[in-house]
Amino acid sequence: MPLPLPSALTAGRRLPNIWDLVAVLCVFAAILAVVQVTPATFQPIDAPNATVVSLDPSHLPEYALRTTLRMFAALFASLVFTFTFAPLAAKSRRAGIVMVPILDILQSVPILGFLTFTTAFFMSLFPGRVIGLELAAIFAVFTSQAWNMAFSFYQSLTTLPEDLVEATRAFRLSPWQRFWRLEVPFGMPGLVWNMMLSMSGGWFFVVASEAITLGDQSWKLPGIGSYVAQALDDKNMTAIWYAIGTMFLVILAYDQLLFRPLVAWSAKFRVELTAGATAEDPWVLKLLRRTRALRFVGGSVAVVFGFIGRMRLDFSSASKPSKPATPTRLGDGLFFISVAVVAGFAAWQIVRYVLVHDVGLADLAEVVGLGFITMVRVVVLIALASLIWVPIGVWIGLRPSLARSIGVVAQFVAAFPANLFFPVFVILIVRFRGSPDIWLTPLMILGTQWYILFNVIAGASAFPGDLLEASRNFRIGGWLWWRRVILPGIFPYFVTGAITASGGSWNAAIVAEVASWGDTKLRAHGLGAYIAQATDEGNFAHVVLGVVVMSIFVLAFNRVLWRPMYAFATRRLTL
Amino acid sequence: MDGHLAASPLVEVCGCRQSYHKDSTSDVLVLDDVNLKIASGEIIGLLGRSGSGKSTLLRIVSGLLAPTAGEVLWRGAPLKGPAPGVAMVFQSFALFPWLTVQQNVELGLEAQGVGRVEREDRAEAAIDLIGLGGYESAYPKELSGGMRQRVGLARALVVHPDLLLMDEPFSALDVLTAETLRTDLIDLWMESKLPVKSILMVTHNIEEAVLMCDRILVFSSNPGRVASELAVPFPHPRNRLAPDFRQMVDDIYALMTRRPAKSSPAVPTPAVEAGFATPMAPVSTNLLAGLLEALAQPPYEGRADLPALAGSLQLEADELLPMGEALQLLHLADLADGDLVLTDAGKQFALADTDERKAIFATALRAHVPLVAAIRRTLDERWNHRASAVRFRDELEDHMSPDYAEDTLRTAISWGRYAELYSYDEEAAQFSLEDIDTAG
Repeated sequence: MPLPLPSALTAGRRLPNIWDLVAVLCVFAAILAVVQVTPATFQPIDAPNATVVSLDPSHLPEYALRTTLRMFAALFASLVFTFTFAPLAAKSRRAGIVMVPILDILQSVPILGFLTFTTAFFMSLFPGRVIGLELAAIFAVFTSQAWNMAFSFYQSLTTLPEDLVEATRAFRLSPWQRFWRLEVPFGMPGLVWNMMLSMSGGWFFVVASEAITLGDQSWKLPGIGSYVAQALDDKNMTAIWYAIGTMFLVILAYDQLLFRPLVAWSAKFRVELTAGATAEDPWVLKLLRRTRALRFVGGSVAVVFGFIGRMRLDFSSASKPSKPATPTRLGDGLFFISVAVVAGFAAWQIVRYVLVHDVGLADLAEVVGLGFITMVRVVVLIALASLIWVPIGVWIGLRPSLARSIGVVAQFVAAFPANLFFPVFVILIVRFRGSPDIWLTPLMILGTQWYILFNVIAGASAFPGDLLEASRNFRIGGWLWWRRVILPGIFPYFVTGAITASGGSWNAAIVAEVASWGDTKLRAHGLGAYIAQATDEGNFAHVVLGVVVMSIFVLAFNRVLWRPMYAFATRRLTL
Repeated sequence: MDGHLAASPLVEVCGCRQSYHKDSTSDVLVLDDVNLKIASGEIIGLLGRSGSGKSTLLRIVSGLLAPTAGEVLWRGAPLKGPAPGVAMVFQSFALFPWLTVQQNVELGLEAQGVGRVEREDRAEAAIDLIGLGGYESAYPKELSGGMRQRVGLARALVVHPDLLLMDEPFSALDVLTAETLRTDLIDLWMESKLPVKSILMVTHNIEEAVLMCDRILVFSSNPGRVASELAVPFPHPRNRLAPDFRQMVDDIYALMTRRPAKSSPAVPTPAVEAGFATPMAPVSTNLLAGLLEALAQPPYEGRADLPALAGSLQLEADELLPMGEALQLLHLADLADGDLVLTDAGKQFALADTDERKAIFATALRAHVPLVAAIRRTLDERWNHRASAVRFRDELEDHMSPDYAEDTLRTAISWGRYAELYSYDEEAAQFSLEDIDTAG
């Protein structure tokens, strides 16, 4: 199974430039803007019992449903965003110049640290009503999903096969028809794959965003996440196991009913004209295709989409012949000037905020120092996870029947919100009096290590059989085999998995470096803990500083480490 | 077919030029001063080497591309964008992998807003006409290459175009499949079953052009121009083995290997730079050596008729001609009147062993390929014997399109490596004299 790339890699074909700076300024200024309109106090939520969570397991189905609905609402919002943002960035040169770097930066912002502000922001929009909290949770999930989906679709739009584009033009399809007949289908495999990555991350976020603390106020939005939070407060271990069990069923249903069929179905949109070995249809897709009633339903959906796709909705006259576009100087000039004005304004806002809130060099030095501590954690974790999972992944990947089943299991496990397991670790640490600085660390990679495993499995299964035979023929074995044969072969896949894992680990640091069990609080040293603590204290300036510094760390990590590694991998290690 | 000729032509191309815009210096010309009239009832072939601009002309006629200068008239009115009466068949088939045969064929009708019932009827008719009945629900990846191109044809025919454009429609198919498809198409054309008035096709296959077309426009390269226009007088069905047919193929080979007239005064370029910027097609040294050996041996004994050589080596004109031209550039062989003639250096090369061959090749390169000579000279002059490839690419791009520049540079890299004139580090895009014996 060829795995599409995470967008953080594919965006790397360009060198950092002035537009990245513009994007950084705009994104950070936007964050400050949200922070500044956030009121310091809130009206209590009016509706009685709207934010009360009961630990009675009979409520769990309802909570699970609510959590899932939030998840899908966010997914829908992400799709709408993807289908508007990506075409705009791809079709307009000027828009693309600014929008693509912004997307790139947004991907690196650990939005988890920012949860408090978005919650406060949405609550101030709907004072005293639950809808504000709901929207905040949905927005949090949205921010964890939307960027890489939009990026993937943008990537597809800029790599449309030239001959198919010409065919749509020669047969005079309107832009609307072309969108549904060519652009969406072509982007589908990458989009579905990124949706899967997004959803996996999304479960993590939805669980985290249901229980929000701001200063001395806290809210719980009924759902699995708040159920776990309540269980932590009450030191109720049984409830935690109930929650984990429920989530397991939810993820299983989501995986089997939605995702397997969707991935199998999207394979139809791959642009390859060879009838390759296609995996067997998942049972749900078989059911859909073979059961008459369900097929009727599916068919009706197809008819509706077909109808939408066939409408011309052509507002311009005949499509024009392509002319090597000569950009108008005046338009460019105006555009650049307005971008410069916006960037300047953003920079001024940032400077003003720093001056007003008296964020000094000492603070900055402290935060950067903590950032390095967290970075060491991430590096060590990725190294450890690689040492463990690469050999296992290779072993599994070279056994095709095993690879198929384990690969599916690994993808399933990756979707499971790892934060549900945190309490289990916390109890162990408390009981055995382990050092939080060391033993809280593995939590960061608990949910994301699976990306390394299933990418390595995919790489090893895709390794050419004749090369394996050749190495056996020359009796290459032992360390030489690893060094010269298999490691170079799986390297591009490994990098793909490792970058996803490391990005996730940074984000997880915010919830993993602090943990509590009843009144016992565990706290490791690191940037994540700093952000979490600043949030607890309601110290907005420090939260912003922490989030900004972490974004910069993530950005630098991607640019300095992963992209060069990936560039090397594709240049040297692919056939 | 002459009786069908209508009074006003379907398409008229007047003085078309197409240039590739290059910011720093002047534009690079791809197509220069092309005039073409297409009347009803004829099949016209655009024949030329790859990169001679014939595909560009096809896209101009289709309305996909606007010419830099000149005018295209469609039924007497200026063409603005793809015209409703034109349909295109693509070299790569350009089928949508996620649509079935039926859906692919219906695509053009959907774009016109044709209702469902009529759409399905017409699509089925086109599918049956082209011999694909029974495959309606298949996806393109389930079909063989020949079947796929039949879908491409059906998709174009279903809109009942006045003009059918075909861009090297058979070049991606194997010999036998291509021949079947050609004869099927000509049969339908002769029986007037094709719902089209005229066909304009691009090809690099000389025999294909003579077999199918009523009129052939032979293109010369760099920039693309119509070098000559020939009427094919034979009635269909044509016999490839007929002496007249063979003679015509021979004549066209001769036309295509004729040395181009020296650079016209309209494009003043200093002589030295023109030499530096001779586009070179990437031909591997293995192929060149093989061709020289074949030429030196019986039955050719140093002189071969190109069509016969192409036949026995199972090469198409488009593949053989660049090899011949490479040999001509290196003065290892001469192209004249449709023949390839070995020079003395070429004979020596054919008889030599590996090391001697490299030496002969190196001498030929330094004497006759200014780009290679310049690279080596630069390396000799530098204290560290290193030079970036980027610099040479930039210089080349001043004179040709980026694609050509890339090809030319690749060729220079590969030939120079074979001759052991320099090394090349792909990673750093850098020439060097590492591992090179500079004594010689």
